[in-house]
Amino acid sequence: MDILVENLTKIYGTQRAVDNITFRVKTGEVLGFLGPNGAGKTTTMKAITTYLVPNEGSISVGQYTLKDQAEEIKKHIGYLPENNPLYQEMPVIDYLKYVAELQGIEKPRIRKRILEMVRLCGLEGEKHKNISELSKGYKQRVGLAQALIHDPDVLILDEPTAGLDPNQIVEIRELIKKIGKEKTVILSSHILAEVEATCDRILIISKGKIVADGTAEELRKRAHGKEILKVRIEDGEANTVFTALKNLDTVELVDFIKNEESSYEIQSKDGVSSRRAVFKLCVSKGWTLTGMSSIETKLEDIFRELTMN
Amino acid sequence: MNQIWTIAKRELGSFFDSLMAYIMMVAFLGFSGFFTWIFGTDIFFIKQATMQPFFGIAYWTLFFFIPAITMRLFAEENKSGTIELLLTRPVTDWQVIAGKFLATFLLILIALGLTLPYYITVASLGPVDHGSVITGYIGLMLISCAYISIGLFASSVSNNQIVAYLIALVIGIFFHIIFDLLASNLSGLPGEIISFLSISQHFESVSRGVIDSRDLIFFFSVIFISLILTEMNILKKRTA
Repeated sequence: MDILVENLTKIYGTQRAVDNITFRVKTGEVLGFLGPNGAGKTTTMKAITTYLVPNEGSISVGQYTLKDQAEEIKKHIGYLPENNPLYQEMPVIDYLKYVAELQGIEKPRIRKRILEMVRLCGLEGEKHKNISELSKGYKQRVGLAQALIHDPDVLILDEPTAGLDPNQIVEIRELIKKIGKEKTVILSSHILAEVEATCDRILIISKGKIVADGTAEELRKRAHGKEILKVRIEDGEANTVFTALKNLDTVELVDFIKNEESSYEIQSKDGVSSRRAVFKLCVSKGWTLTGMSSIETKLEDIFRELTMN
Repeated sequence: MNQIWTIAKRELGSFFDSLMAYIMMVAFLGFSGFFTWIFGTDIFFIKQATMQPFFGIAYWTLFFFIPAITMRLFAEENKSGTIELLLTRPVTDWQVIAGKFLATFLLILIALGLTLPYYITVASLGPVDHGSVITGYIGLMLISCAYISIGLFASSVSNNQIVAYLIALVIGIFFHIIFDLLASNLSGLPGEIISFLSISQHFESVSRGVIDSRDLIFFFSVIFISLILTEMNILKKRTA
């Protein structure tokens, strides 16, 4: 089921938490929501799950619109809210049974679905414990189990790996990837590596607006269209090399790299590459080019660049 | 309907798991039993085979206990955030309210059911006016429903259970006794209106064996208005 969000606006008091955002998520796509705290990630997700009523804009999930068929949308969404709220005093099994009944799963299938969820989320050993007795990681698994129990077409996960240990994080990521193949998934996170590892597409929001939308690759290109090279040139006097590099036609900026002898960072002008020019320069001057590599912009840098101002 | 029952079952289960149900029932039966049989204007004191002493005391115990049962129903879910998961399931706000109402009402019914031995004992002591006992129980159910509705509203106002309890008690005390006191000091139309708002007036006439349509209109209005305000409160949190 596709999710289509159009011109969504949510205002808290005087603050525009979400400001006129539009995007579409296709079936089988895992969309990562990135953004600093308070950027509007959670608000957008809450609006899609029908919990929050937006001030403006429309949301549709599959053929259902939020305005008229919220009850239908609810049946097709699995939701793991931030902080993973659960009824602490209930045993895991009872809680899952309760959720299954509320989700309208037919009686004969409930038992089977619960067992499947227990297996999928690795809850075999804890299924009879009260939720309050579980560690944070296991609680998170219960949260995932309740979101998945009715086999929803759309999954909304608000920081699904918060509070998990590295092994669990890897497991949950694998699970999300597996699920994401046939479902539509939106997940939010602060952890950039996580979004890069699990998501097909990334949406960065800041102050309620979408500031970037695309795959990790595309974002890198867009943020830094210019080529950045790290070169190492030996047998030449540093300042001479520096000036010579700077005078190349294709080069915009040259920098010494700190703590690394005879290494330089070169930023080319828009749309051109300096690789050949650097090599030819070295040949003509008799310097030795011992290293040349392009620097990949880290997602962190893109994130900072887009969300700080 | 299924959804309402599912929610009611969970709430009822959690009353019993948290010992709330047992404490409430022991206290309710203890108080009402003590004052019906042992102390004050009890049955042996007035020397009549009547359930009136029990209805009189149950009228007060329910007033204090019902807010204690209802206080957590929404306050806890709002505080822990589970309300968000509940309302994003395929249930309507009204089904949630109805489920919680039903659970509390069933708990009260169990408590009232456990007082039937009182009735049997009284009936074995002498001739009882069975009609007035039945209407007395109906009266207790009606005031229970009214206080449950008020309690649900109070619980939806605050995230804090104690605050919810106090709000329910403050609203309740007006219906319970203040309107009655005011009405006795006022005459004419204002007196009549305020007298109509007093639960004790309505309960008295019902427990004497007279169920008037005026009484039913009063109880159902209180229930209806409280529940509508509860629904508005839930919706407010989602639109604000």
